[in-house]
Amino acid sequence: MLVSSIVNLAYLIGAIAFVWGLRLLSSPDSARRGNVLAGIGMGIAIIATLSTPLAEGDNNYLWIMVGLLIGGITGWIAAKKIQMTAMPQMVSVFNGLGGACATVLALAELTRFYDGVQVMSTGQLSIALFTLLIGAISFTGSMLAFGKLDGMIKDKHVILPRHGLINLVLLIAVLVMSVWLAIQGSAAGLVLALVFLILALIYGFSFVAPIGGADMPVVISLLNSFTGLSAAAAGLIYGNQIMLVGGILVGAAGTILTVLMCQAMNRSLFNVIVGGFGSASLSGGAGTDGDQVAKVATVNDAAIQMFYANSVMFVPGYGLAVAQAQKTVKELDDLLEANGVDVKYAIHPVAGRMPGHMNVLLAEADVPYPKLLDLDDANAALKDTDTVVIVGANDVVNPAALDDASSPIYGMPVLEVWNAKNIIVLKRSMSAGYAGIQNPLFFHERNRMLFGDAKDSIQKLVTEVKNM
Amino acid sequence: MESILSFFNEQLIMLYLLIFTVILGFEVISKVPTVLHTPLMSGANAVSGVVIIGAILLVRQASSGDTLQLCLGTLGVILGMVNVIGGFAVTDRMLEMFKKKKK
Repeated sequence: MLVSSIVNLAYLIGAIAFVWGLRLLSSPDSARRGNVLAGIGMGIAIIATLSTPLAEGDNNYLWIMVGLLIGGITGWIAAKKIQMTAMPQMVSVFNGLGGACATVLALAELTRFYDGVQVMSTGQLSIALFTLLIGAISFTGSMLAFGKLDGMIKDKHVILPRHGLINLVLLIAVLVMSVWLAIQGSAAGLVLALVFLILALIYGFSFVAPIGGADMPVVISLLNSFTGLSAAAAGLIYGNQIMLVGGILVGAAGTILTVLMCQAMNRSLFNVIVGGFGSASLSGGAGTDGDQVAKVATVNDAAIQMFYANSVMFVPGYGLAVAQAQKTVKELDDLLEANGVDVKYAIHPVAGRMPGHMNVLLAEADVPYPKLLDLDDANAALKDTDTVVIVGANDVVNPAALDDASSPIYGMPVLEVWNAKNIIVLKRSMSAGYAGIQNPLFFHERNRMLFGDAKDSIQKLVTEVKNM
Repeated sequence: MESILSFFNEQLIMLYLLIFTVILGFEVISKVPTVLHTPLMSGANAVSGVVIIGAILLVRQASSGDTLQLCLGTLGVILGMVNVIGGFAVTDRMLEMFKKKKK
């Protein structure tokens, strides 16, 4: 009695630690403590689970210890070795494993049910099937997202003709089968339950397949919330409160981020899932530029504009991360600051490949976070900025989003860089952005293009500024 | 119908907990600044590893001769533990880098 009371108290403390930890995670000053607190909560919950008295079973502690050890060491090494640019991939993998864990639990439960070892009510069976489904979708979906983010899998390799229709059919099939299995009860048998599992695994893969590029932050957030839901559902199977609380909190976090990412692109979740920008977008927004010619800047011009400015704002895009130019930008930042230039960074919510990715990359380069402005603050500050430098960003600084109703990105909130006194765009070539549309900003009268690899160009700027 | 109703009554406390946690979760997390989106996601991701508790219970409740259940359970423990340890460690590594300007 005493032991089980202590275990219950430990679960309660663990759940409070999760809630409080996530709360602390929402402010930069306390975030690290919040993460540690949530980790402690997890430790308490695991120890409590190991020591809770059970009515049945042989404990099998050796199996558990081996599992904890293998998983713990693997996770630790992976977390320590990963590059910050590869963070989205890593998070996807971890997320997928969480979903897989929930699926395995549901599968174990279902095998006992179909073998007649265990009785389940229709409600319990429905929850087990739901856990199996969501966990499986999260697993294969996250693994494909990992492959895509890592560049191992290209979008064109996995997109089938009429993929939207295939997904719809698969979704209906999975849903109908889950209802049917729940109604049939034990009469359905394990084989059909395994067919259901395979269908769910295929659907998870297929539903992520057509989503790519700039939509990745949305899909990662969504998969994160799925894993949370699957953990919560597994909590219902075991009647375990802390699993429910932890899972729901993750589901909420994932849902909030999904909504934020969709808002940042002015697209509905449905629109993201059903199809990317599609072929129609290629024609949209044309005709605005015609034969205009963009003005080109030399490295020297650009360096002078930055060096003698009162304020400079960098707008980093994924191109900066690809070129691994964060540290070089920071070097330039330091040189300018030493000359009394006020340097800031404008971060669009969907810059990078997962929510907030650009902030992490700049933090890694030792840029203090108060210098990173979000969309609203940046737009307010841009009016008083002398020189804005756009590094590897394109669609998020496209004025067509505000004034060209025919543009596919019309309505998307963008950084209004044209309010600054001078604009410098660092870019490889005049090619279009992810959305495949032309950017009228490049032809703006106050804009100058500095062509070349982002890192290379910034390195030249550093050298130039040093000589001033 | 009757089985659904009895299930509802059995799970009533869990349903309360579920609904209040949903509300609490949205309240607590909704005001996260952009700077912290990635750490929040990876931190939350680590919390979703709480599913490991189910895996531990599964192994403990199995009889020592039931190889299938033991293997499934241990697989669950491994998957969950990678999620937990990897998730918290990587979040800590990220948050370590967030610092204010040194004057």
